[in-house]
Amino acid sequence: MPRHLLGIEGLSAESIEALLDLSETYIDTSRSLVKRRDVLAGRTLINIFFENSTRTRTSFEVAAKRLGADVINMEVAASSVKKGETLLDTAMTLNAMLPDALVVRHQESGAVSLLAQKVNCAVINAGDGQHEHPTQALLDALTIRRRKGTLRGLVVAICGDILHSRVARSNIHLLNIMGASVRVVGPATLIPTDIDRLGVEVHHSMRTGLRDADIVMMLRLQTERMSGSFVPSTSEYFRFFGLDQEKLKVAKPGALVMHPGPMNRGVEIDSAVADDLKRSVINEQVEMGVAVRMACLDALMGGRRNSVAGVV
Amino acid sequence: MAAPTDGRPVAYINARLIDPDAGTDQRGAVLIGDGKIADFGPGLFASGAPYGIETIDCKGHCLAPGIVDLRVHTGEPGEEHTETLDTAGKAAAAGGVTAMCVLPDNDPPFDDASLIEFVHRRARQVQLTKMYAYGALTMDLKGEQLAELGLLSEAGAVAFTDADSAIGNAQLMRRALYYARTFDALVVHLPQEPTLSGGAMTSGEVATRLGLAGNHPLAEAIMLERDVRLVEMTGARYHATKISTAQGVDIVRRAKARGLKVTCDTAPHYFALNELAVGDYRTFAKVVPPLRVEADRLAVIEGLRDGTIDAIVSDHRPQDVESKRVPFAQARPGVIGLETLLPVSLDLFHNGQLGLAAIWRLLSSGPARLFKLPGGRLEKGAPADLVLFDPDTAWVIDPDKFHSKTGNTAFDKRPTQGRVLKTIVDGRVIHRDATRWPAAV
Repeated sequence: MPRHLLGIEGLSAESIEALLDLSETYIDTSRSLVKRRDVLAGRTLINIFFENSTRTRTSFEVAAKRLGADVINMEVAASSVKKGETLLDTAMTLNAMLPDALVVRHQESGAVSLLAQKVNCAVINAGDGQHEHPTQALLDALTIRRRKGTLRGLVVAICGDILHSRVARSNIHLLNIMGASVRVVGPATLIPTDIDRLGVEVHHSMRTGLRDADIVMMLRLQTERMSGSFVPSTSEYFRFFGLDQEKLKVAKPGALVMHPGPMNRGVEIDSAVADDLKRSVINEQVEMGVAVRMACLDALMGGRRNSVAGVV
Repeated sequence: MAAPTDGRPVAYINARLIDPDAGTDQRGAVLIGDGKIADFGPGLFASGAPYGIETIDCKGHCLAPGIVDLRVHTGEPGEEHTETLDTAGKAAAAGGVTAMCVLPDNDPPFDDASLIEFVHRRARQVQLTKMYAYGALTMDLKGEQLAELGLLSEAGAVAFTDADSAIGNAQLMRRALYYARTFDALVVHLPQEPTLSGGAMTSGEVATRLGLAGNHPLAEAIMLERDVRLVEMTGARYHATKISTAQGVDIVRRAKARGLKVTCDTAPHYFALNELAVGDYRTFAKVVPPLRVEADRLAVIEGLRDGTIDAIVSDHRPQDVESKRVPFAQARPGVIGLETLLPVSLDLFHNGQLGLAAIWRLLSSGPARLFKLPGGRLEKGAPADLVLFDPDTAWVIDPDKFHSKTGNTAFDKRPTQGRVLKTIVDGRVIHRDATRWPAAV
């Protein structure tokens, strides 16, 4: 049975540490003049994105190419895959081409896990609906660990549209597994029901939510949700939940600001914060993304499959 | 397979007789003649089998009125590949169901008298379980314009409903109830406030974890409160279907206490399963309304126990594999239930929550009375619609062995207890469990 990376929920602290350790080695690889390590030479990776994405797809592509794998990108316009049958048909078709791994993003929660049941290769979830985006949580963890040394005991505030965010869910799971304490901050319309049972503290004010936080993770507010029944307007949202230097003052002095990108400047984050090199690690997150994805691909497709235990 | 009745008397002796209305569960016999119950009781044939008439020894198994299932969807007409009235009839017969009410949400929907006649004509051809058709409450089940309740009633529609669509428009519902009163018609409504019930599963921790949009349990309570007030105003006969939440049970309980003509039913999945059955996006556990939390499940059982809930329905809804093997949010909701209704309901007996007679009041006499159907009771002169079953036989639910055309059961691989041995309609055996009752018997 192939092993997959479908979500953070269910992973052990040991396997997360192992993936992060492996990622560290690939940071060095990526920073070298010669960035290729042919550990995946001759292997085939197919990126299949049912939902548009440039950043994540590119990051996986760069990661795979640096490991010497052959990468094929498939962009399937969301409109042509309204029917789920097509999802499994596509899965079977790709499976017949004998890839070593599929990286899949889909707009429906659970779709990647459904697809994984039908193929014989490793599947990496690059984001499914509002469920999980495990490599994003891993790259966030790597970024934090390099800056703070450890995740254990840190206070992390995840702010904004938690309801629709798979990034938030994956991060909540990972941070809890690694012993951080997690707060979610946002208007009640954007906080999912019973989220506290996932092990988080709920705050509806940035002032209390950010108080003494070590890490402030901002989430993107989807354009289609900026006006209407979730949030009345962009300006009101920014006034109460947009991160600016003023709101950041209550956090710890060395608090880091993170954002999974792409940012809506002036909506969830002020440019002065986003571009503050002392605070913002947003670009570093992108760099760590490549390293983490190299580690995940290596762990699932490469010869070290058995050394990174517990990846399911 | 079933020989037509010739009206000769048959005695079922040595049975454990379940009489739902009398509330009794005792040794006895039933004498069938002319397709009707000629006599029954503990004293009947107590001194031995009668001479000169056919006698069937029930060997101590349970003999009860056949199940009256108020909520069955078939694919005929429109989606015959999922189920026909014939295969549904076979599944019903195998499940101990002697009468079933067919939902109107087909293609075309039953908003025209000819479709009611079509179902009844097909039922006569199929010659298995008795079938009654619902009429649509609104044209095309769109919730905009009243259907021809009078004409549909004349054609034999047994009640009126928009099946799994709720009537969001309060004014239309008010008029539907008033208008139904004109014909003393029963309105059956799935109480789900449409603007709150869009989600794929019940809102709460599991939905949040899985990243699925939630259907709030209040969708039921809000709609039920509205309906109860409209019933109070109009005096119409109203039946709420598929009660799934603690608040829903409580609202009906209070309405009944105030003397309102409000009745309700639930389905086995609401008292035998909770939201955890969705597990890792199991689309076979996607139903409308969604499976609720454990506290709701327990409240539904309490509602069954204290008489707040009047009937258990199978909520049988076949779906093909293509509409289930898709991401959860896109999957069509519904489970089949005709062949699991009896064993899963018997959980209530095996768990010590209800006696057999009380369960049968929910499965046969209760629903029959609600819809004014013949059958469903032990009564001299009533149709001999009976089910012989063994409440204890243990087996594992396996849809491959079902008569239904599709296998979308939420109870797949569930160990269960209770098997139908014989199903009898108008004195005629329409199903016998071949493993236990070889043709010779």
